Formats: sequence, structure tokens, C-alpha cells
Amino acid sequence: MTNTNNKTKNLGDRDIELLVGRLLRTGVVTASCIVLLGGILFLIQHGASPMPSYHHFAGESANYTTFDGILSGVMQLNAKGIVQFGVMVLIATPVLRIALSLIGFVLEKDLLYVVITTIVLCVMLFSTIGGLKV
Amino acid sequence: MTILTFTLILLAGAYLAGLVGSLTGLGGGVVVIPLLTLVFQVDIRYAIGAALLASIANSSGAASAYVKEGITNIRLGMFLEIATTVGAVIGALLAVYTPTNTIAVLFGCILLFSAAMTLRKKNQAALTEGSRTSAFLKLNGSYPTAEGPVEYKLKNVGAGFSIMTVAGVLSGLLGIGSGALKVLAMDSTMHIPFKVSTTTSNFMIGVTAAASAVVYLQRGYMDPAIAFPVVLGVLGGAFTGAKLLKRLDPKVLRYIFCTAIVFVAVEMMYNGFQHKF
Repeated sequence: MTNTNNKTKNLGDRDIELLVGRLLRTGVVTASCIVLLGGILFLIQHGASPMPSYHHFAGESANYTTFDGILSGVMQLNAKGIVQFGVMVLIATPVLRIALSLIGFVLEKDLLYVVITTIVLCVMLFSTIGGLKV
Repeated sequence: MTILTFTLILLAGAYLAGLVGSLTGLGGGVVVIPLLTLVFQVDIRYAIGAALLASIANSSGAASAYVKEGITNIRLGMFLEIATTVGAVIGALLAVYTPTNTIAVLFGCILLFSAAMTLRKKNQAALTEGSRTSAFLKLNGSYPTAEGPVEYKLKNVGAGFSIMTVAGVLSGLLGIGSGALKVLAMDSTMHIPFKVSTTTSNFMIGVTAAASAVVYLQRGYMDPAIAFPVVLGVLGGAFTGAKLLKRLDPKVLRYIFCTAIVFVAVEMMYNGFQHKF
């Protein structure tokens, strides 16, 4: 590899690193703000009610476990729905990070890492829509 | 107890968990599970859900800084994430068939192991001779230090990859980042300098945790009322911890906390054997 080639490659890597850093920070800050907003709303509405028993596992209802359920909760300004939306943004942040890396590797024409990154994305996709909730 | 009191106490507890997790290097998620189960009597499945979220938040928050500094080896992280995400999905599936008491005992063991790992001697030296696989996969790299960039090379890529799969399974099963195992794979097996292995491990934890988190979310393990104080508390604690780490040498603190963690781990295992979960 020639020296100039090496330089441009490093420059590309660096740009992606900075973008990835910014994406991760933005994701966490956005998710925290949404969670905080929903949390405050939840405390205003239910703060005085007695605490439910978490000792026995009941599982959450479809309102808080499916994309549609959570989204419609947000539309109705349901406090728990808003928190759960923040949770979704938080989980999506690392997934978006992979997608961003994929774009980076495509731009760098790094075929090997395009393949590797695609595999990771497929695993994530499989775990999301693969019906693994059993 | 009203919801408001519960939330405020949990917020304070999660803050401390984030602080301890960041000062010891264990991560906030690992400390949140005993806090929820032993102190608040929360079912371990809700605790796992909340801890996964705390791990993602912590990892993404810290990784954003490390990536900017150029210490993290993104290619290495990406390659090993194949192992950890596949492992995490398997772990999340196994969780359905594993009794909660067994999970608690296993969790105690991992906690003990992690505490021991944070106290061990760290690998600082960079390898100058790498294996052929590591060159083929472009895993060799360099990282900035005070004395200029340091080049490093890797070996035992296959063994590291296998340990990473186990780390992923445990992460999906127990809801933790299993940073200790990740560092073991990179530091002791692949001979990566400590600074690179910790930051790259941290970078990977978010993706690993997200792979099982989507399964747990759909399974109803994530309660918004628990998630909200846990995520915000752990993030706040980790943030304070990172600031403190710049000003003080955490060696003594690390010993104190790790001793405390040993007691917590034993308590988790004891309760698990007594079928209290």
C-alpha cells in the first residue's frame, strides 16, 4: 500500500470514529431526556399510589412490549408508554451505531468489514423480529 | 411504600450502583441486579431487564468519549461482536428454560470472578509479532499515549473469539455486560494492551446488551417504572465516577468495593441455593 493510500484510509477511519462517538452520545442523551420526561409525568400521575409488588413476575402487557403498543402509548401521552419509548431509543442506539459503521466500511470499500458488519446487523435483526420471545 | 418513595430510593441506589460500577470497572448493570433483588425484593427477571438497559446506557455514554480519543479498536470490536451478539441471543433463549435460582447462583459466580478480574495485574505490553489471522482480519492497530502512538498486534484470535461467545451467552442469560470476560478474552488471550481492551470491551457491551435486550423487551421483562429510575440513576453515577477517576487513584476504593462485592455475590448464591428467587 502506498503512503497516500494509507493516509486517506486513516482519515476515513477517523471521521467514522468521530461520527460514531457523536451518534452514541446523542442517542443516550435523547433516550435519557425521553425517559426523564415520561418518568416525571408518571410520578405526577401515580406518585402517591402504593408501590406494586415486583416480587412476583407478571410480565408487561402488549402496550409496553410491542412497537405499535409503545407508539400508541406515546400518542396518548401515556407516561409509562413515553418511558418505554425512551427505552426503545436507548436500545436502538447501538444498533444505529452498527448501521453507521456499515456505511463507513462501504465508503472505505473495505469488503471484509462490510461482510462482518452485515452479519452483526443480521443477528440484531433476527433477535428483533425472529419471534424469540417464546 | 408509595411509588414516589420507591422511585426516589431506587434512584439513589442506582446512582450508587453506577458510581461503584464505574470506580471498580465492573459496570453499573452488575451492581444493579443485587440491589434490586436483595434490597428491593424485585423478581430477578425485572432486575435483568433493568440491568441490561443500564449496561447499554453506560456503554454508549462512555464509548462515545473513548472512540473520540481513538483508543477503541472499532474493527476488532465489530469482528468480536459477531461472537457476542450470537452468544447473547442464545443466552436470552436459554434464560426461558433456566430456573431463576440457578440464574442467581450463576450470577454470584460471575460477580466473584469479575471482582477478582478487576484486581489482577494488567497487560500493558504491546505485541510486536501478530498472528496471520489477525493481519488478515486487519485487527492490528495503534493507540495514542502520552509518548505518542503505540503499535500493537494480536494473536490467538480464534480462542479470543470463542471466549467472546461465552461472554455473550452469559450476558444474555444474566443481563450483564460481562466486561470482565470480554477483557479476559482480549487482554490475557489475544494480548491486547489493557487500555485498548477495556475501551473496546466497553464499546461492545452496548451492542451485546442490545441483542438480548430486544428479546427481553418483547418478553415483558422491562418495567417502565423500574427502568426509569435505574437508567437515570446508573448514568448519573457513572458520570460522577468518570469525573472522580480523573482526580483520584481508585486503588484503595477498588479493594474496598471489591470486598463488598464478594459479600454481595455470596449472598446472591446463598439465596439462590435457598430457593429464594
